[in-house]
Amino acid sequence: MDFIDWIILGIKIGALLIALLSVAPVMSWVERRGSALMQNRLGPNRVGPFGLIQPIADAVKFMFKEDPVPGHVSKFYYVLAPLIAFIPALTTFSVIPFASSIEVMGRVVRFQVADLNVGFLYIFAIAALGIYGVVVAGWASNNKYSLLGSVRSSSQMISYELSMGLSVIGVIMIFSSVNLNDIVRDQGNVLFHLGQFAIPKWGIFVQPLGFLIFLITVFAETNRLPFDLPEGDSEIIAGYHLEYGSMKFAMFMMAEYINMATVSGLLATLYFGGWQMLPGMHTLLESFSLSGSLSGITYEWVRIVFEMFSFVIKVAFFMWFFVWVRWTLPRFRFDQLMGFGWKVMFPLSLVNILLTGIFIKVM
Amino acid sequence: MEISPLFFYLFAGIAIAFSLFVVFSKSPISSAFSLIVVFFCFAAIYALLEAHLIAALQILVYAGAIMVLFIFVIMLLGADKEVLDFKKSSVFLKCSAVLFCGIGVCGFAWVLFHSPILIGTGPHSLEKIKMVGGNTRAISELLFSEYVLPFELTSILLLVGIVGCVVLVKRKSL
Amino acid sequence: MLLKPKTSILQKIYLPDIIIGLWITIKNFFFGKKVTIQYPEERRNYSSRLRGMHYIKTINGVENCTACMLCPTVCPAECIHIVAGERPDKEKYPISFEVDVLRCCFCGMCEEACPKDAIKLSNIYEMSMLKRSVYEKDFLLEQRGHK
Repeated sequence: MDFIDWIILGIKIGALLIALLSVAPVMSWVERRGSALMQNRLGPNRVGPFGLIQPIADAVKFMFKEDPVPGHVSKFYYVLAPLIAFIPALTTFSVIPFASSIEVMGRVVRFQVADLNVGFLYIFAIAALGIYGVVVAGWASNNKYSLLGSVRSSSQMISYELSMGLSVIGVIMIFSSVNLNDIVRDQGNVLFHLGQFAIPKWGIFVQPLGFLIFLITVFAETNRLPFDLPEGDSEIIAGYHLEYGSMKFAMFMMAEYINMATVSGLLATLYFGGWQMLPGMHTLLESFSLSGSLSGITYEWVRIVFEMFSFVIKVAFFMWFFVWVRWTLPRFRFDQLMGFGWKVMFPLSLVNILLTGIFIKVM
Repeated sequence: MEISPLFFYLFAGIAIAFSLFVVFSKSPISSAFSLIVVFFCFAAIYALLEAHLIAALQILVYAGAIMVLFIFVIMLLGADKEVLDFKKSSVFLKCSAVLFCGIGVCGFAWVLFHSPILIGTGPHSLEKIKMVGGNTRAISELLFSEYVLPFELTSILLLVGIVGCVVLVKRKSL
Repeated sequence: MLLKPKTSILQKIYLPDIIIGLWITIKNFFFGKKVTIQYPEERRNYSSRLRGMHYIKTINGVENCTACMLCPTVCPAECIHIVAGERPDKEKYPISFEVDVLRCCFCGMCEEACPKDAIKLSNIYEMSMLKRSVYEKDFLLEQRGHK
């Protein structure tokens, strides 16, 4: 690690942080407009074109609002809780690769903040810490609804993190690695040829059941509908963030959206080929290079841009999917949630491991 | 890297401070929260030792899952209001506490005097692990070859524990 | 008694129904007819018989009202207060005419009872005010929403 390496790392961290922090405002706009359009309304459309400046207005409101600490709360933990929720959310994205590597001036630059050997185990571990934000907030608020919210959140987390971890075991078995870079690189291979089309070895094609389980459990993990029991506005008002206002509430909200971005990145990376290019982009790139308009370092940079674009498209799709599902499905009842987690998701994920084992043995 | 020792002392210091807080704190829930910090510091120390898998598992299992259960139980039972009175505990309890602490300290001392720090490096040096292909691969290969019997025995023990729990809390008539 | 609805195997595994639900929402997202009215620019068309803000009809700047007290009598919410006076030409007129809009239920009985076609309810339905909502005589004489 010399000086230039540190600078490159700093640029990567800065770019990622800016991207993550801008996810929340953009998503709040998408969520509001999207929900409105689905319900035959129009949504916020006054501030700027299509209401695009609305998130900035919201941010200004959050910042300048009075930020009171209620008298009955336990002050230290009350202030600490939004931070506990927010900081793990910011750090989890760092192991997800958003493009392959490029060689510039004799240096291999990887488009990933930290290339950890333990890969997504790190994400699970840090995301598991994020739950304490919810738990501490509910406890510190000294309010029965908040406490109920955090009790629900902790039991839900226990039941669903188990299935989530087990559903990913299948991916580890198929690609025989926990390093996200290796997994993505392996997904570039061709699984089989279907006539003229080459089906890539994306996780969704080799792990359909695992993908389904993972998709459902990440909804529970990020507390999004139909699993938003900890918030459950119609039952326990707003659950754990009932006593929070202004910027502290905004931090909970941002943590939720950033967690959504992280699990969308994880879904894209594990099951949809990560930065592997979308179908058709490869031939486009090849035709560029064959016609001679691109060569050498320019070609490499265009390749990186294409890969990043593919990754962003995939992540954006899943972010949209989160919003889409939220405005389609109603909330689970608590006993249904627990029953579904332990009696359906957990056995299914074990079956998935068994099937994957058989699949590997047969292939 | 030469900054590691500084970080080691930092995390070790935080861990010791918070484990003292775990013991001396009056409210069970603050004890539990401090225990999470202790676990987190352990994980950080593992990460400094390049044992990334252990670090991730430490956070995932201990800080992430087990402590959530602890806090869940504390919040559910409302044990926070209870003030423990240690003066009432019997002589027998005090003696056994001292005894078990002694055994624990002796055990740690034994481990320390047989640890690689004093008797040299173990068979799995950093270079060797890198050659095998990372921590995860090294540990899993060992678990499923050399130590497969203890591994399976442990899982049977856990299974027995689970079955025992279900039997204990099962309602008689349903 | 817990009634269990009959469900087919397709419904029991949820997924087909969830996909149908997702299809419905996305259909509404792209093709749903939006029912929102862009309020300040676009307004809903109400019937011309809508009973909105009160006014007192004037002819040549003189109010029609003769302070006959029929409207305060008939008013079910008792929100009209009139103090009657006398003009130099011996004609009765209201010195003050107050409508307490917070109490008013917009039934329109005053309009029907009025023999001189003086108090009327206009089509105006935006009645927010910055002070207490009592319409005084000067205000009522301004012929807002005259019909």
